[in-house]
Amino acid sequence: MSERPDKTDPQLLPGWSSLVILLSLFAVISGGVMVAILRGEEAHVTPDTGGVHAHGPADFPEIEFDVQLPSAVVEAVGSEQAGGFNVPPPPFSEDGIFPCSDCHVDLDVDPEPRELMMHEQIQINHGPKDRWCLDCHNADDRDHLRLANGTLVGFDESYKLCGQCHGTIFRDWREGIHGRRQGYWNGAKSYLLCAHCHDPHAPAFKPIKPLPPPVRPRFLASGASAEQTDAAPATGQEH
Amino acid sequence: MGSKKPAISRRAFVAGGTTAMTAIASGLAGASPSFVEQMLRQRFVELSPEDLERITSEMERDYLQKYGKECNVGTSKAQPGVLFGYALDLSRCVGCRRCVYACVNENNQSRDPQIHWIRVLQMDKEKGIELTESDPYYDPELVPEPDSFYMPVACMQCRNPPCVKVCPVEATWQEPDGIVVIDYDWCIGCRCCMSACPYGARHFNWAEPTVASEELNPDMHYLGNRVRPKGVVEKCTFCIHRVREGRYPACVEICPVGARKFGNLLDEEGEIRYLMREKRVFVLKEDLNTQPKFYYFYAT
Repeated sequence: MSERPDKTDPQLLPGWSSLVILLSLFAVISGGVMVAILRGEEAHVTPDTGGVHAHGPADFPEIEFDVQLPSAVVEAVGSEQAGGFNVPPPPFSEDGIFPCSDCHVDLDVDPEPRELMMHEQIQINHGPKDRWCLDCHNADDRDHLRLANGTLVGFDESYKLCGQCHGTIFRDWREGIHGRRQGYWNGAKSYLLCAHCHDPHAPAFKPIKPLPPPVRPRFLASGASAEQTDAAPATGQEH
Repeated sequence: MGSKKPAISRRAFVAGGTTAMTAIASGLAGASPSFVEQMLRQRFVELSPEDLERITSEMERDYLQKYGKECNVGTSKAQPGVLFGYALDLSRCVGCRRCVYACVNENNQSRDPQIHWIRVLQMDKEKGIELTESDPYYDPELVPEPDSFYMPVACMQCRNPPCVKVCPVEATWQEPDGIVVIDYDWCIGCRCCMSACPYGARHFNWAEPTVASEELNPDMHYLGNRVRPKGVVEKCTFCIHRVREGRYPACVEICPVGARKFGNLLDEEGEIRYLMREKRVFVLKEDLNTQPKFYYFYAT
């Protein structure tokens, strides 16, 4: 109690200096972290990761982004056909393969599943293992498909054949819920056949390559400056 | 009271002030009349048809000068009896991002710095719709990946849009056909709307947008895809220049799996109403009461 003057302990002095050292250390480290955060640590992103470079639609000339309307839709605009199904012709594997009767008219019908001499590129992967050509193709008139009840339908109406098993999807397609549409939301629009998107012999949708991801925020500015420095000489020459 | 009437009427004062400001502005700006007019322009909704005609033809002239391309800046109004609705089939989307780039191609977004109106989120099938764990930067060789599903997100065209509520200058509003639009010449770039939007659908032009002239889409709309100036906010407009002419939005037509559906919500026989009756439909962040007109559904 009476030792108040002794409170200025001589040991306090080294304590103060160590506090100063600790504080300055802390300041340096946190400053470094702040700089790293603000600059965006590119080292954290592996080089093959997406989202570093900006890509535009012009980088993919193989994709037609300016969708041209099918001629059936263009013709149907404003006419009475506007509400109907504007279905493009069926997609045959090669030109001249239809009509099938050109070849098949002289051939005998062999209903037995076997290794084919012709059409060997067709791999059947559709439903049950014992699926065979004549389940859908008509044996006596090869230019038509045959429904389960014996009705013949043309290749341009193949959706009737598919709809026999895939009834819910057929209904959705008819109402405009399933499948790709192009044209006018309030008028003429294209209806694709099932076979335009699904190979009837192996209908599962094939995986495709995705277009590149968006630029990550940390690369937005740097990417822009890099592009601008590249582009600057070119524009300079033009003017 | 009458004797205290000021020598200059309010009208004269305001008129004189405006003239003086115009004079100052033209002096400062090197007397470019279009610049002065741009500064004194009214909001889109207040412009007379004649003013609109004049302004859009000026824009077309500017674009011809800048891009060497004949452009058409439309100002078409909403069709009566139409409320646009959009639906996206999550059971079909494969995450190929064709829609993202078709949108950029259609709507003249800045290529670099890059602006995308559509963002496709990859999600884990086991976890379901979990936004916090979704990944917009997925980049595998092939999509769809077996354990993932994909959720494209763009402007939800809310019936109760928080972005419109917060705009301090009324530069963004909802049109009668339900499209939330922005007047780029009235936007002050405060970005309040961006922070109000719970879907991250609004994007800011931090730099002068860059679009190569051969990539410029000349079919434009005043409230849609005309070239934006620097410092304004932009977002999806359901391709307003297309849908008001009856066409589908660009993303609908490009989708290779037909996952995107578009139509009139007031048409009971239309495809949107059909799927709302027949399918499992939901909206994103329903609990926020934004009441989107963009629906997600599962067809199977």
